[in-house]
This record gives sequence, C-alpha cells and structure tokens, in this order.
Amino acid sequence: MAASEQEILAGLAEIVNEETGIPASDVQLDKSFTDDLDIDSLSMMTIVVNSEEKFGVRIPDDDVKGLKTVGDAVGYIQKASA
Amino acid sequence: MGLLDGKRILVTGVLMDSSIAFHVARIAQQEGAEIVLTSFGRTTKITTAIARRLPTTPPIVELDATSAEDFDLLSERVREHVDGLDGVLHSIGFAPESALGGNFLKTEWADVSAALQISAYSLKALAVAAQPLMPEGGSVVGLTFDASVAWPKYDWMGVAKAAFESTARYLARDLGPANVRVNLVAAGPLKTTAAKSIPGFEEFDGVWAARSPIKWDTSDFEPAARACVALLSDWFPATTGEIVHVDGGVHAMGA
Repeated sequence: MAASEQEILAGLAEIVNEETGIPASDVQLDKSFTDDLDIDSLSMMTIVVNSEEKFGVRIPDDDVKGLKTVGDAVGYIQKASA
Repeated sequence: MGLLDGKRILVTGVLMDSSIAFHVARIAQQEGAEIVLTSFGRTTKITTAIARRLPTTPPIVELDATSAEDFDLLSERVREHVDGLDGVLHSIGFAPESALGGNFLKTEWADVSAALQISAYSLKALAVAAQPLMPEGGSVVGLTFDASVAWPKYDWMGVAKAAFESTARYLARDLGPANVRVNLVAAGPLKTTAAKSIPGFEEFDGVWAARSPIKWDTSDFEPAARACVALLSDWFPATTGEIVHVDGGVHAMGA
C-alpha cells in the first residue's frame, strides 16, 4: 500500500534533518527548500538520493528542478510510489 | 571470463548514477574487477548512497583533487582495501560558474586556475599518487571532451580539457618506462549531473544530431563506459598517449 502524505512528509523531514540539522518540525509542505529552509544544491542532491532509497522511487535530475517546495516533493514521491 | 578478472581499479568521480564513472565502476565489476571509489567532503554522503546501487558495494577513500595531503595519503588509504592497483579512472572536473556559459572574455584568473587545477593538473597528481600501487605497471584512463576545437559555452572548461589532454601525453611519456599506460576517452555529450550544470549544454544535442554518423544518445553511458573498461583491460597493451573518440564519429566528420 502506498504511503500517505503524512508518512512521506515525516520520512522526508527525517532525511532533511539528518542532512542539514533543520528540525523535522520546520519541514512543512509550504516551505521552499531554497528560500525558507536554505538548502544548497549539494544537500538537495543528498536529500534526493536518500529519498529515492527510502521511498523506492526514481527522481530524475530534470524533475528535481521542479520540486521547489516540500509539498512539491511529497506530491512527487506520492505519485511516483503509487 | 571477464575482461577485468582479478584487476583492482580505483575509480574517481562517482557522484550520481548519472556519472560516467558510475557506469565504468558497474561494468568493471561485472567484468570481474575489484573497485575502490574516491569521494570527498560533503559529496561522500552522496557517493556512499550511490555506491550501494553498484552490483557490489565498494569501499570509498577520501580524495579532494585540490588537496596535496589527500594525494600524499592516497596509496595508504587505498591499501586499507586492496594490496595494489592495476588501473585508475580519472573522472574529475570542475569549473566555476563564471568560467562557463559564454563568459569567456570576462573570466578572472582565479576561476580559470581553479578549473585548470581540478580538471587538468589533477590527472598528473592522481597518476603520480597511484603509481606506487602499480609496481608492475597499469592503466590510467581519463575522460575528456574533444578539446581540439572551440565549442559553444564550454569556454575555460574547454581550455582545461586541452591542458588535460596534453597532460595525458606527457604522463604517457614519463610513466611509459614504468609500464603505466595513460589514455583518454573523448565521449560525445552525455547528460551527466556535471554536464547539466553547464548552461547551454543542450546546444550540443543539435550538433550531434546533425553530424554524428552513428546515432548518438546523450542518455546512454554504456559506449563511453565500455571504452574506459576496455582501456583498463589488458587488450590495449601497447597503447598510450591515445585519445579514443566515443562520439558517434563526430570528430571525423567535416560537416
């Protein structure tokens, strides 16, 4: 069964926290990875690779550019793992 | 029997699974090689995760291409995992943003020198650092993008690749007596993470679509990676200072 939005958000928040130290509670759907969370491109790559492993999905580089907010990423993962 | 049975190969430059080096490591393992990867600093976390996607998860040693200390310690670090090397893949390149993308006339020396150090000089540094691990000789293979002509947007990275290609020839001269071969693969444009960071990279697609006699697929890493594996094998025993073009034939066409 596919993971729910809340489960994916929690998993993603954990990955972001491990990579950047940002408290998981700050990783909310409306937050921008760059503008709000101040995540640089290298950290973003790490988050993408770890998310691919955790959720069993593939996120091609070209699609990563479109994932501006945490909500974008959660939606993408939910769709890709459905 | 695999092409690299019993070979121990050091592979630099595995960042993502869209790195050419990843596919060299993958095919080398499939052909029987034992692989050690290098990575550095924060990228090590990414390399570690990506390394798990190889047929066998290889060890990773620290190597920052700008660190003389890392090169000094390389043989010691590699020996923690294998007792020597038979080959090395150089897949290291970097140019600051100002050195690429059509800014050629305005790029400052500091940025040019960074591109040259990391993308060209590092081949010498790597080959010399690895040589003690290859007492019977070995094969050093690097990746270039045809630097004999000027390309759109490639700018100082193109100059760095010209220096890289020349460095390979001088290394071939000086390491030949130690039975170390030094060869390069000049691949056509491939959609690697590194390439996608070059502004205007897609312009190359049109050039290859128009000029390549063999159909060129910018997302197929197999041809370039196989050529690297072949050069790492015993099948080019008297070839050194060579650049093998894996570009669909574009280098040989006038138009």
